[in-house]
Amino acid sequence: MHYTLNSNDMIPSVAWRNIWRNPLRSGIIITAITIGMFAGVFSATFMKGWMNQRLEAGIETETSHIQIHNPEYRKNYDIRQIIPKGFDLAEQLSENPTINGVSPRITIQSMVASAETGTGVKIMGIIPEKEKQVTSLSEYVTEGDYFESISRNPIVIGKKLSEKLKIKLKSKVVITLQDADGHLTGGAFRVCGIFDTANSMYEETNVFVRYQDLARLSMLSEGVAHEIIIHLHDQNDLNSTTLALREQHSGLEVLNWKELTPELGYLNEIGNLYTYIFVIIILLSLGFGIVNTMLMVVMERVKEIGMLMAIGMGKLRVFLMLMFETILLTLTGGTIGIMLGLGASLALQQNGINLSNWAQGLEDFGYSSIVYPVVEVQMVVVIVILVILTGILASLYPARKALKYNPADAIRTE
Amino acid sequence: MGTHNHQTIQPHNHTAMTIIEIKELFKTYNDSEVEVHAVNGVDLNIEEGEFTAIVGPSGSGKTTLLNMLGGLDQPTSGNIRIDDTDLGKLKSSQLIDFRMKNIGFVFQSYNLIPVLTAKENVEFVMHLQGRPKKEREARTMQLLEAVGLKGREDSRPSKLSGGQQQRVAVARALASKPKFVLADEPTANLDSKSTENLLNIMEELNKQEKITFIFSTHDQRVVNKAHRVITLEDGKIISDNRKK
Repeated sequence: MHYTLNSNDMIPSVAWRNIWRNPLRSGIIITAITIGMFAGVFSATFMKGWMNQRLEAGIETETSHIQIHNPEYRKNYDIRQIIPKGFDLAEQLSENPTINGVSPRITIQSMVASAETGTGVKIMGIIPEKEKQVTSLSEYVTEGDYFESISRNPIVIGKKLSEKLKIKLKSKVVITLQDADGHLTGGAFRVCGIFDTANSMYEETNVFVRYQDLARLSMLSEGVAHEIIIHLHDQNDLNSTTLALREQHSGLEVLNWKELTPELGYLNEIGNLYTYIFVIIILLSLGFGIVNTMLMVVMERVKEIGMLMAIGMGKLRVFLMLMFETILLTLTGGTIGIMLGLGASLALQQNGINLSNWAQGLEDFGYSSIVYPVVEVQMVVVIVILVILTGILASLYPARKALKYNPADAIRTE
Repeated sequence: MGTHNHQTIQPHNHTAMTIIEIKELFKTYNDSEVEVHAVNGVDLNIEEGEFTAIVGPSGSGKTTLLNMLGGLDQPTSGNIRIDDTDLGKLKSSQLIDFRMKNIGFVFQSYNLIPVLTAKENVEFVMHLQGRPKKEREARTMQLLEAVGLKGREDSRPSKLSGGQQQRVAVARALASKPKFVLADEPTANLDSKSTENLLNIMEELNKQEKITFIFSTHDQRVVNKAHRVITLEDGKIISDNRKK
């Protein structure tokens, strides 16, 4: 028997009215679905916001979009594995229309020591004006400034490192490193600025000095670079630009941030996966509640279902009626919950959610303590589809049960 | 067993058309160790326009007979022919369709869909049949008027008395223009005034529109109104009397 729904069909209308025959029972399950979906949507936007912030922090303040190295350099960070004409290459690259900024760096693994203690760090020799175009680190300088106030051997360090070394602004630190000729050498630098990002680990292990100071100290000639950092105008050009550069500079290693920090690249997918798993678990448990409610409905209406079948309502129509009822019940709760979840997310989009009570632990892993939820249309669509799917699946068992009745027996059930 | 073994089957000496023809009908239940012959060899013809009551004590087989007549239950043997259709030859999905198009049902209770108004309940079967809106509305109003419920179209069943609900059920049963109406103890839950009222309406519809009614009943008031009374006992017809 085939069945098509037309516009004046009564089945959806009957199904909708049936929901409200027992407002308390329907209300309870709708409330449960509402709460579940609110939690699902809100945690989804929260997660999304959090992950995006981590991603952005990672790209904008740490790796930037694309890095070019001597192919041997990243193997053991040997000071001699340089890009000989780094400055010329940087100059040439900045002509590229998709590229926003290019910064050549000298990067050396070294020791930094204060009067109190010392630790291993990555020291980066940069040209401040160029570096500003590729990373936003200068914006995170909370004490002092970015290579302005101190003219001789200035150094910018992270807050976490300053605490570890127990030093303040204008304190002197000593950098010890092996120069390009293999000799151990050292130099005194004075703290010019202290930056404070959301990533304590980064703060602790990266320090910045001026290119010419580091080049002089490490006996590298002017114009060479260990890495060239590239920032694009548009993140969407990432893959194409990476490929183009890789082709043009086959002797060098061209990597984008996804390849340099795969954990950041997967962050988005992991965040989505986590959200979907969370929503599916919520819906699964709600699904059992819905099945239970609908089973009660079917038991309660045995006589009525018998009567409907007797007067000529086919099995498919009875099945569809119960399925509609389940889906409408689920969608009612789902819609309210999703709306509330979106509303809360949008309301908090401006000021963010302050997690500072836990922030210390979070910042150690590079996560910001104030989270700004992000609403992603695609995710909302997926959640809505999951809700409808739950309604359909939850309706199958109760509706099938209703079909097992024989109309003659059902109508005389006591 | 059965002490009254004679059957008074009337000869067909008038022109009315036979719409139901039952031949050697048996229904046996094997649920327990003992076989129960709920219907034990019934032969019966019903003609168009009859107003017939099937009576008998509890367990006499009235309900089983009516269920088979309505296509709600399958006979163990024998056959039921309604016009040109042999019910035994229909598949269950065809049977549903057949019921929808040919048989009007009035049950003892739970006849109506509680969430629909009187009017919508009457329209419901026509919806299932896919009749156009204009036709549905006209027929519904006509039927509700015939059962004396004009003005109560928009009331839900819970706002109607038991008698009014049964009248809506009668209107609903007629909505699809069935060949006959099966009413299973339609007055069992009604007081005498409502019973009287309902019977008068059905009798009127029978007279005016030649609607065939078949009741099963315990109710003497229904028996008194009926034009033909078929008495069952132990699954057999023990008497069949026409009044007119």
